[in-house]
Amino acid sequence: MANTYFTEDHEWLRIEGGVATVGITDYAQEQLGDLVFVELPEIGRKLAKGDTAVVVESVKAASDVYAPVDGEITEANTSLSSDPSLVNSAATGDGWLWKMKLSNASQLDSLMDEAAYKAHIG
Amino acid sequence: MTAAPIPFSARHIGPSVNDVRAMLATIGVPSVETLISQAVPRSIRLDLPLNLPAPASEADALAELSAMMAKNTVLKSFIGAGYHGVFVPPVIQRNMFENPAWYTAYTPYQAEISQGRLEMLFNFQTLVAELTGLPVASASLLDEATAVAEAVGIALRHHRDKRTKVALAGTPHPQTLDVVRTRAEPLGIEVDGETIDDNTAALLVSWPDTFGVYGDHKAAIEKARATGALVVFIADPLALTLTDAPAKLGADIAVGPMQRFGVPMGFGGPHAAYCAVSDRLTRLMPGRLVGQSTDTMGRPGYRLALQTREQHIRRDKATSNICTAQALLANMATAYAIWHGPSGLQAIAERVHSLANRLAAGLKAAGVAVLGAHRFDTVTAEVKGKAGAIAAAAEKTGRLLRVIDADKISIAFDETSTEADLEAIAALFGAKPGAAEAGSMPGKPRGKEFLTQPVFHENHSETEMMRFLRRLADKDLALDRAMIPLGSCTMKLNAAAEMMPVSWPSVANLHPFAPASHSEGYRAMAGDLEAWLSEITGFDAVSLQPNAGSQGEYAGLLAIRAYHRARGEGHRTVCLIPSSAHGTNPASAAMAGMSVVVVRCTDDGNIDMDDMRAKANEHSKNLAALMFTYPSTHGVYEEGARHLCALIHEHGGQVYFDGANLNALVGLARPGDIGADVCHMNLHKTFCIPHGGGGPGVGPIGVRSHLKPYLPGHVTEGSAHAVAAAPFGSASILPITWMYIRMMGGSGLKQATETAIVSANYVATRLAPHFPLLYKGRSDRIAHECILDTRVLKESAGISVDDIAKRLIDYGFHAPTMSFPVAGTLMVEPTESEPKRELDRFCEAMIAIASEAAKVAKGEWPLNDNPLVNAPHTAAEALAGAWTHPYSRLEAAYPAGDADLSAKYWPPVSRIDNVAGDRNLVCSCPPLTEYLGAAE
Repeated sequence: MANTYFTEDHEWLRIEGGVATVGITDYAQEQLGDLVFVELPEIGRKLAKGDTAVVVESVKAASDVYAPVDGEITEANTSLSSDPSLVNSAATGDGWLWKMKLSNASQLDSLMDEAAYKAHIG
Repeated sequence: MTAAPIPFSARHIGPSVNDVRAMLATIGVPSVETLISQAVPRSIRLDLPLNLPAPASEADALAELSAMMAKNTVLKSFIGAGYHGVFVPPVIQRNMFENPAWYTAYTPYQAEISQGRLEMLFNFQTLVAELTGLPVASASLLDEATAVAEAVGIALRHHRDKRTKVALAGTPHPQTLDVVRTRAEPLGIEVDGETIDDNTAALLVSWPDTFGVYGDHKAAIEKARATGALVVFIADPLALTLTDAPAKLGADIAVGPMQRFGVPMGFGGPHAAYCAVSDRLTRLMPGRLVGQSTDTMGRPGYRLALQTREQHIRRDKATSNICTAQALLANMATAYAIWHGPSGLQAIAERVHSLANRLAAGLKAAGVAVLGAHRFDTVTAEVKGKAGAIAAAAEKTGRLLRVIDADKISIAFDETSTEADLEAIAALFGAKPGAAEAGSMPGKPRGKEFLTQPVFHENHSETEMMRFLRRLADKDLALDRAMIPLGSCTMKLNAAAEMMPVSWPSVANLHPFAPASHSEGYRAMAGDLEAWLSEITGFDAVSLQPNAGSQGEYAGLLAIRAYHRARGEGHRTVCLIPSSAHGTNPASAAMAGMSVVVVRCTDDGNIDMDDMRAKANEHSKNLAALMFTYPSTHGVYEEGARHLCALIHEHGGQVYFDGANLNALVGLARPGDIGADVCHMNLHKTFCIPHGGGGPGVGPIGVRSHLKPYLPGHVTEGSAHAVAAAPFGSASILPITWMYIRMMGGSGLKQATETAIVSANYVATRLAPHFPLLYKGRSDRIAHECILDTRVLKESAGISVDDIAKRLIDYGFHAPTMSFPVAGTLMVEPTESEPKRELDRFCEAMIAIASEAAKVAKGEWPLNDNPLVNAPHTAAEALAGAWTHPYSRLEAAYPAGDADLSAKYWPPVSRIDNVAGDRNLVCSCPPLTEYLGAAE
């Protein structure tokens, strides 16, 4: 998991060839409860770090998921449209949210690794 | 010696003098005054008694109001413009409108005890979906004008706020256009003209327009669709029974008023507006939406769906600030449609249309020009300078026509219009009724294939309708059965004497745009009410127009905005809001074009004054307002409220006081004295208007004199910037509050507040050993409500706040407010109306639930099979042949033993699956053909 990074807002990123796959952590999906809807981003949208990329909804909460780094959306996980529960059952696998092309790879340096994230959620 | 008659205050206030004494002993204080002086900071206490008329008896108050309302002149109205005469079917009047089982219920957030009204609201959605042809209809908006404004809001969100224009196809009613412009202006949206381009967010199609004419809007609709603008139909629902559904004509959204479906005009309201959208707009839709799901046994059950769109979850990012809707009135409209059925509705519509059609033909034959070729119920005649004279002549015959200008007059027919009316009106123009012309409605006739769902066909005999309404009411738990201890909702008594005037013909049957001289009684009543509410809140002026608390917030913020702009300080747009605020606060601020800055709360629930000072300082130059609730949403009287107001004023901001918790202040302290500039009052909380199962509400605002020029006006009263369709908003329910204040007097109101505080502190004292009190104010006292930290049971026994809420159903209670303002907790507000006996029954239920949880914690009952997680228990489960649970049937269904036999309430469903309901939204009943298709 050397190429996987985490944010304080409970997102994970996996980097492959300059493209990040982004999702929310298992801890985050547990806090949210059963997801009922994921509002997916438009392909080609350019995001700055901190912009809202996706909204995930459970019955009782709606949470913005922010872009952890700058970049352009290249793919959205369309299987979540029919089955948002994938985020609950496989938050770090099939329940990924979007892929983005990094525009500033150095931003990754400020993110956490898995050990640091585990310490963060205590 | 003669016995004194029992005053009304003793009827309204539940606990007797002896009960109060006993409660004080439990709390551990010698007197009411001691408790109040411990709880309420001295610095805000009101020293003088409220200057209100001495309390009147029920009989005297009814006589006084009746004499006042007799000054209204109720003529037969042909004014139209969105308000029409109706004949309320008596079976609906008696079994629903005047039935506390329907009108005292709360908003159906607790699905299992709300299946009756949820089913009726689901039928409302089906009715609207059928009429409009659009698949997703909500469970009501506040009136036509605000519904159109909400539709514009959908279009703006759809275009992610990038388009800034709204185009018109046909002229809407003047009050609709005014409200839409009021709402558009702070957002920088221009509403005008017919030009449609890439910057047009929505095209508003008036169907028909304010003159009653169906224009040819095909080209405009095609252009709108080509540019991506959303097409919004503003359509009369009765006319829709005869014409093509708006969806077939290109509508993405349809809205309109449901008043003429059996809801009296009531001088403007309340009545429900409908809103329906295409599938792709579902998540952008404002307000409540009922969805179908299933319970744990797989039975169908209803619930409020997709709540994450709404202000209580999404706050400033919500689709709207709307909270209270018009549930009771939506349900009346649905009952009207069920009672008449599709062919009955069409018969009413055809008769109304025929009257208009024959008047138009007659006028034309007599050489009077009429506007348009296609109409439904309204004829607008061109009379060259004679409009005033014709209207005056009509008035002498007991009829009111609508003068549009000196040259144009219009006549709208409704189900109460007669042949004699037609002849008399034609005669005013020197004409006789003509023969009906063919093709006078636009497009193809609708035919018979609509509202095929069984419910619209099975209840046409009065016996069946009466039983249908009773069956639904019996599924629900309303105030006529048990205490509803919902924190921040103030579910107090709605006394019968307060309710009766709403049904009086002098109150119910007046058109809101009747000449001002015809509403003398209403205006006198409103004048009293404005003066009394000003006295109670310490303000200089009151507007009764906002027809819900959210609308009051919005109107108050608009007044603040206008004040800053008038002083050349239009840059002041920052609104500070504590994190504990009701969701409507940030949602309203966003709609008023303000940016929300959240102020933190401390661990003990108070506003973090350091953070407040820092944020006020940081935003000093741009500070528009602070919105704060007092006593706080955490149920305590915070210290330093006056300092807080002074701090905001020092930074040039205005103080918006959220009056949601006014029931803890009336007679003891006044927002105006504390330093607020504007405050809204929820008449449906503190002042006895019933909740109606989720509306109506009334949210007047009080302001200090400097904001008075910026109160909402109305186009029919020679001003503008209205926030509601009618000048006095939901006028016909204002007499409820008038009666309450008139019968309580200043002393009774103060006693009510004191008793509410005693009762809350009593409940808190009794429950504190079992559930920690999350927040306490000075001297460890609370205000009129308390937050029980039920999270302890989650930790010890895995029992969630939902489990406790659902288990309370088995004990015969509606749950307290869940997870507001703190997730996982319950907020309890007993109100002054609940007798001590009922408070004790509630406390004992909560204590019993704590011991049930203790059994789970000790392992006596498994985590996944105990009466809490399995709650609520239906009769079907309790009587099932095989019983497999580790607790008995009696423990399941009669947990309090013999004591609660009389209070037993049986839920019609077990726990509803919320997740499945939101993942697979079903929000209307499919037509019968789809059932048949599925069966084949």
